[in-house]
Amino acid sequence: MTAWHVILLASAATLALKLAGHLVPAGFLQRERPARIADLLTVALLAALIAVQTLGAGQALVVDARVPAVIVAAALYAVRTPFIVVVAVAALVAAGIRFVA
Amino acid sequence: MRTARRDGLAVGLATAAYGISFGALSVASGLDLWQTAFLSLVMFTGGSQFALVGVIGAGGVAAGGSAIAAAALLGVRNVVYGMRMRPVVGEHGLAHRIAAAWVTIDESTAVALAQSTERAARVGFWVTGIAIFVGWNLTTLAGALIGDALGDTRAYGLDAAAAAAFLGLLWPRLTKLQAGATAVMAAVVATIATPVLAPGLPVLVAAIVAVAVGWFDLFRRREGA
Repeated sequence: MTAWHVILLASAATLALKLAGHLVPAGFLQRERPARIADLLTVALLAALIAVQTLGAGQALVVDARVPAVIVAAALYAVRTPFIVVVAVAALVAAGIRFVA
Repeated sequence: MRTARRDGLAVGLATAAYGISFGALSVASGLDLWQTAFLSLVMFTGGSQFALVGVIGAGGVAAGGSAIAAAALLGVRNVVYGMRMRPVVGEHGLAHRIAAAWVTIDESTAVALAQSTERAARVGFWVTGIAIFVGWNLTTLAGALIGDALGDTRAYGLDAAAAAAFLGLLWPRLTKLQAGATAVMAAVVATIATPVLAPGLPVLVAAIVAVAVGWFDLFRRREGA
């Protein structure tokens, strides 16, 4: 599989999902349980991605400059700092620690 | 009506700013400028795009299957949004429906649902969707060019920026105990699975947490207690 295959297949899948919602008559996903699972899927995947992105290095777990950067990011979100500012500060924290270390 | 238009443009501008981080992270994960631009034009759903480049960044193209699955699973909520938006956009031709589906994302759905009249909801949906589509694609390009110019992006902390970006997408969803518990368990499962499974798979295994919690409706704080 090349990067283009991955991109084309993933794009086709996500577009098909968007179309499905508009073309299929309302029913299944408006029921309580499927709607709840759809919402929680988003939460679980994002949380898992944060964990892997913060601690993962290939198949190893590594604690490095990313950990303090994410902690700072969480603190900034908690006080309602805008997204783009938080992302920039997180990058600066990690870059700063690596520069000094 | 004017509020719907103003809300839509404001949300559009704020969201477009994310595009810079997406573009930069995408080239940092190894995709080129065209591939990055294609994702924002065609896939056009931020969470799925970040997930795709996140998994590819960690596991390379070898983790392609997991990257596709993660992007698709994060796109499942758009099915729910589409069903809610169908009566808002009304019954029109196929091209109109495809265009509506294309711009059905978190933000356009949220602005539409926040309006008090049906017409305002329709205006809010389209203004938000189109404003974000234009802005997101322009800023994706800008971010990809910046990321390209940076060279080794780890030195600039872009890997930490990726985690911070995911945290920003997750944060507004953590309003209930159930979502918070799901997030913590999913993060733990993904961390434990990382040394054991191939790159990309830990994220998918963590999705099982959501299915289990959602199916049995665990961790729901009783209302009005």
